[in-house]
Amino acid sequence: MPPVIDQAAGSIQTTLGHPTLPAIVFFLIIVSITLVITYWAAKRTKTTKEFYAAGRSVSAFQNGLALAGDYMSAASFLGIAGMVALKGYDGMIYAVGWLVGWPALMFLIAEPLRNLGKFTFADVVAFRLKQTPVRIASAIGGILTVLFYTIAQMVGSGSLIKLMFGLPYEVAEVLVGAIMLAYVLFGGMLATTWVQIVKAVLLLCGVSVMMVMVLAKFHFSPGELYSAVATQYGQGALEPGGLITSPIDAISLGLALMFGLLGLPHILQRFFTVPDAKAARTSVLYATGFIGYFYIIIPIVGFGAAALIGREVIMNIDKGGNMAAPLLAEFLGGTPFLGFIAAVAFATILAVVAGLTLAAASSFSHDIYVHVIKGGSATEQEEVRASKIATLLFGIVAVCLGILFKGQNVAFMVGLAFAIACSANFPALVLSIFWKRFTTAGAVWSILTGAFLAVGLIIVSPTVWVDVFKNPKGSELFALKNPAIVSMTAAFVVGWIVSLMTKDEIAQQKFEDEKLRTYLGVGAE
Amino acid sequence: MQKNVSDLLESSEFKSLVVKRGTVSIVLLLLLFVSYYGFVLLIGFNKSFLAQKLSETGATTLGIPLAVAVILAAWLFTVIYVVWANTSYDPEVRRLRALLLGK
Repeated sequence: MPPVIDQAAGSIQTTLGHPTLPAIVFFLIIVSITLVITYWAAKRTKTTKEFYAAGRSVSAFQNGLALAGDYMSAASFLGIAGMVALKGYDGMIYAVGWLVGWPALMFLIAEPLRNLGKFTFADVVAFRLKQTPVRIASAIGGILTVLFYTIAQMVGSGSLIKLMFGLPYEVAEVLVGAIMLAYVLFGGMLATTWVQIVKAVLLLCGVSVMMVMVLAKFHFSPGELYSAVATQYGQGALEPGGLITSPIDAISLGLALMFGLLGLPHILQRFFTVPDAKAARTSVLYATGFIGYFYIIIPIVGFGAAALIGREVIMNIDKGGNMAAPLLAEFLGGTPFLGFIAAVAFATILAVVAGLTLAAASSFSHDIYVHVIKGGSATEQEEVRASKIATLLFGIVAVCLGILFKGQNVAFMVGLAFAIACSANFPALVLSIFWKRFTTAGAVWSILTGAFLAVGLIIVSPTVWVDVFKNPKGSELFALKNPAIVSMTAAFVVGWIVSLMTKDEIAQQKFEDEKLRTYLGVGAE
Repeated sequence: MQKNVSDLLESSEFKSLVVKRGTVSIVLLLLLFVSYYGFVLLIGFNKSFLAQKLSETGATTLGIPLAVAVILAAWLFTVIYVVWANTSYDPEVRRLRALLLGK
């Protein structure tokens, strides 16, 4: 028989929202460990290769963990657990979508990316095309992606930290900005990689412990857990609900999630940190394993929170359900475990923002400053200095935007980042690697079409037009919630047509040599 | 025998390597598409199929193991690719590199 737990709303006592001693201790431990790592990394970070790519010294296993760390954000940890707790099975459908891009990343671009690139994905797009226009266009696509992703992370982190530690929103923003800047500015990619690894291990362990503790309450039988959920909230909690109403909308979102991953600059940059193409490939295997495991066990945590804490209590603290996992941690392991989980969530936020900042800074300094402004001939010293200035500026901008967007509905911005990534960055990347006839003009038009169509269509879609601008329902000009199916297709078509209309002799000649590097790794950095 | 770049690029061995990698990638990508978008379309068009219970007494629906299966399948595809690449692609790459670089 499943344990009967009757928790009337409000009867649960929680220290959530107050800085407790265990939370502060765990937080300080994590921050000290990562700062010691940064100090160690700083001594090994002098050249551009070290700053952008950790000296290509990261092993496949380490990079697998770091990729997982870059990808598993606080939004996916707290958000999906909350969504499963409140919406049931629909949250699980959502979780599946976040994983399926990883195999596609491996099959299509992981190895060519490593063989062709140096520091940024624009290196690969521009490999045989005219540097200046393609770099500028790639930087626009890349920086827009990172910018929207960062705003969503910063705004989310401010409110999460406020909920967990009771810190004022603005203080939380500055704290995140300052610590993460310390990692990136001094330790570059090496420190950022190790921060990701530490965070990924902590997150995977924390969630695993929660899963085991939840299952222990149900005699280690998931079936009993589901029965308890069905008893309290009806069988509907275990059935698909309203998440997918229009299949074409679902396919469009699926495309954005799947191929958006292949255009996320901070993920792509990780492939330049491993020694060779084989390590790049193997690291995706590890990453897919860790992330898949994470998305398989997160729903158990979510269902556990629904059964043991109750939806009403969760919603009383945060309507979106974000506090389901922390509340469950407190219920299962008291204040110390809550402190641990809260500190892990904080580390998660820091790590993801650090990865994003490094990607944005690399794009500014390597693509714009070195290749556009300096015509590709900056000295090592100049480039490192430029990258540090770019890091500092982007960090400050991130904090300012975080404060500026306080209290705004920014949930759509993650979707927007994925839409731009799959529409602007991904088509140009794939066409440049695999299609001989691809030209400079084709690349530029494809990227710009994808970027502006993704942004434009999402503004007039129900996601922003109705939900954010509060226009009446049905007044939207574009019916789909995610524009990927239109904007990505358009980017491919435009890239194809413009390439056929233009000639790029040099690009075609270089394609043969590029093949040698793409497939055999001859001449790879 | 050491080959020069254009000989190697024109050689049937290199061309078949490129074709082989393309085929493996596309086949696995298609399998991924079928499993994931199949799952999505099933939710879109046949919710009651996923809502059916696995047993009379329990509450667990078919949709739960199926969602886990989609994740496991995705991971399995990466395993297949890595095993193929390690056993078939890499040795061929090493051989062709040796032909070109004369090592």
